[in-house]
Amino acid sequence: MRAFYGVTLDSPLMLGTSQYPSPAILAQAFRESGAGVATVSLRRESGAGRDGQAFWSLIQDLNVRILPNTAGCHTVKDAVTTAHMAREVFGTRWIKLEVIGDNDTLQPDVFNLVEAARILSDDGFEVFPYTTEDLIVAERLVEVGCQVLMPWGAPIGTGLGLNNEYGLRSLRAHFPDTPLVVDAGIGLPSHAARAMELGYDAVLLNTAVAQAGDPVSMAVAMARAAEAGGIGATADPMEPRDMAAPSTPVFGKAVFE
Amino acid sequence: MKVILNGSPFESAAETLADLLVAADLGDATGATAVNGVVVPAAKRAEHPLSPGDAVEVLAPMQGG
Repeated sequence: MRAFYGVTLDSPLMLGTSQYPSPAILAQAFRESGAGVATVSLRRESGAGRDGQAFWSLIQDLNVRILPNTAGCHTVKDAVTTAHMAREVFGTRWIKLEVIGDNDTLQPDVFNLVEAARILSDDGFEVFPYTTEDLIVAERLVEVGCQVLMPWGAPIGTGLGLNNEYGLRSLRAHFPDTPLVVDAGIGLPSHAARAMELGYDAVLLNTAVAQAGDPVSMAVAMARAAEAGGIGATADPMEPRDMAAPSTPVFGKAVFE
Repeated sequence: MKVILNGSPFESAAETLADLLVAADLGDATGATAVNGVVVPAAKRAEHPLSPGDAVEVLAPMQGG
């Protein structure tokens, strides 16, 4: 697996922390799947509830790497400010940069994404940009300092899988040395396996696990599928062909007539 | 002094950002702060004066995808 800003991860599964039935199930999903990265966010804290403090204690106990996000940000200023606040709270230069351009699809605003990535990279952040599979946008992101790219498989929370497999494959071919993560849209273990078969380095997902009837089992399934796909990708898969080719030798077959 | 704390009016005797957090029962919370859209690091809160109407954001770790 390619390193993420110098960090080699043991698992290709990056897991979100939202929408789980309970904190205990969240923690169990991480522990049993072996996911090595947890995405988190920042939201307004209330003096009474202190929900944020309890959540932060839970995440710290998981002993995983933290990837804060800028989810919900629609402008460069919002994303950059949120990233700075995240760096202070979480003590990491990693930032999953989201600049949303459309509320229905949660499609990234790639123009503002590139600008925010430039500002944050110049400020010393290690940016994980949530982007589309557009090659030119990816080139711009790399030019402004991104050393990881995270194209979507499908819109966030849809579970539709890899909507544009050609685009994702093309991105892999164009950036052979850049760590690539399919972020968003994965709904099934087979989607995770397919992303890894394309040569991706990790998958990042949340809803498919958290909203499954059995989140812990689904987290394990996602981890194993991603690992299997990754191993398969490095095992030099055969080329598909249209015509059948017998796998059992024809030579030596008995004749009964 | 009345400020806007996390989107709602909040009145206290606090003159600095650090005092405001204490007044709002957030003095010991893990979180980040911004005043009028500008990040104020934890180390600077005690010396950051507030003015009436300032918009103060106090953010804490939360679930995210």
